[in-house]
Amino acid sequence: MIKKLLKYAFLFLVLAFIYTPILVLVIFSFTDTIIIGTWNGFSFNLYKKLFADSDIMKIVRDTIFLAVGAGAISTILGTMGAIGIFYSKKRTAATLNTLGNIPIINAEIVTALALALMFAMVLTFANKTILSLIIGHVVISVPYVVLSVLPKLKQMDANTYEAALDLGATPIKALFTVVIPEILPGILSGFMLALTLSLDDYIVTAFTKPDTFDTISTYVYNAVKVPTHSSLPALRALSSIIFLVIIIAVVVMNLKSKNKENR
Amino acid sequence: MRALKISRKHLGYPYALFLILFVLLPLIIIVYYAFTDSDGHFSILNFVNIFSDITALAAILTSLSVAILTTAVCLLIGYPVAYILARSRLKFAPTLLILFITPMWINFVLRMNALKEFFSLVGLLDKNPLLTTVIGMVYDFLPFMILPLYTTLSKLNNSMIEASYDLGANKVTTFLKVTLPLSMPGVISGITMVFMPTMTNYVVSEILGRGQITILGKLIENYFMHSNWNMGAALSTLLLAVMLIFTWATGGFNDQQNGNARGALL
Repeated sequence: MIKKLLKYAFLFLVLAFIYTPILVLVIFSFTDTIIIGTWNGFSFNLYKKLFADSDIMKIVRDTIFLAVGAGAISTILGTMGAIGIFYSKKRTAATLNTLGNIPIINAEIVTALALALMFAMVLTFANKTILSLIIGHVVISVPYVVLSVLPKLKQMDANTYEAALDLGATPIKALFTVVIPEILPGILSGFMLALTLSLDDYIVTAFTKPDTFDTISTYVYNAVKVPTHSSLPALRALSSIIFLVIIIAVVVMNLKSKNKENR
Repeated sequence: MRALKISRKHLGYPYALFLILFVLLPLIIIVYYAFTDSDGHFSILNFVNIFSDITALAAILTSLSVAILTTAVCLLIGYPVAYILARSRLKFAPTLLILFITPMWINFVLRMNALKEFFSLVGLLDKNPLLTTVIGMVYDFLPFMILPLYTTLSKLNNSMIEASYDLGANKVTTFLKVTLPLSMPGVISGITMVFMPTMTNYVVSEILGRGQITILGKLIENYFMHSNWNMGAALSTLLLAVMLIFTWATGGFNDQQNGNARGALL
């Protein structure tokens, strides 16, 4: 019993370390203060300021558009890639897997500099444009899509595709009516991963983005470095919204999948 | 039949082309720039410069200190957490695991800002940049240590552990001689995912160390800002080499645990 309590106490301590800064930020998003620690009474002023700040609102929109766009491209490219790898010869598949693993294992700064250098020196027409930014985000997320789709292909019953062909379906039709529905969970989780990686990214974004374009990451990074930046209190409100949305989404999604497993 | 099989294989071509163009080619270009001078002639001077430049040497030393400290602390916190969650049959273990991993899905610049504000509230900011950076790195990378450890520990073969008890070993001996060695793949995977990023993730050291300490990632960014491509490329090539050796030594190209760690929750 005591042992069990000690275990819970230890876990609780680590969780407190993880969640205290988040909680403090959320609490101080409900008071109109520049510095955390001074309480100027409960108010939604920072939230009002946030939604009235057209710069930040534009950045939030751009960040989401970029994530959805790059995520969609990664998902399509990665799903096709996974199918291709699955039906390729062993050596081709191994080569593609090794190449795809590089952005996962490589230090992000190396990926970022390598891309920036190539755009600056070779593909100059796309240097520091939306195109280079999207390509950068696809590079860091597409391998994860492949990794989420491949296991689903391995679990699939290989005969159903052949059966569809025997029954007269064209290869394209068989692909869309038989293969895609089977691997859809993998495709969806790949898309979610790509979305998160894009929303989370700072380094590749900073190295490939146009000078006038900002994502939440780059904007906050630059704002935080200036201690007197006027947007900091409003960013507290933005952070609080993002923290709560994600914590709730992750918990709900996991509880849902737990229920499914139990049934 | 044969023609149809080829058509499925063809679906992989765009992906292959993409990898060659935007993963392989940039790395080749980086290695090329690392071994040439500003006139485009072959030279190893960039590497000589790195190892004779006091700023670069200091950055290497700082990065190693930060990475070793962070990895050690992550292991010291993450192993017991993963062990308790995976092996103690606590009622709320699955829910608790989710709580430990959730921060991974939140934008890390925002989390670092939250930590910075917290440090400033408790008066830790600007005191010791190395300490605040290491705490920030642990804060950021702890889930990446817990997840592979949890996966390995929860798949552990129970009969081995029972056999150890049956043969008279006590709890400590069983842990040291059976559980720990069996969980080494998780330990190695966790170290891989924490050590390398910690050496280069300069966002953490810039926000929490207030730019007072320079790690390798920041140094590369400085070269990039000043368009000093050759030096940036040389330093990146070194990191690339370290990564390749490390991955080869731990067999990381074969197992896909690295990628699965992030996807494990979905």
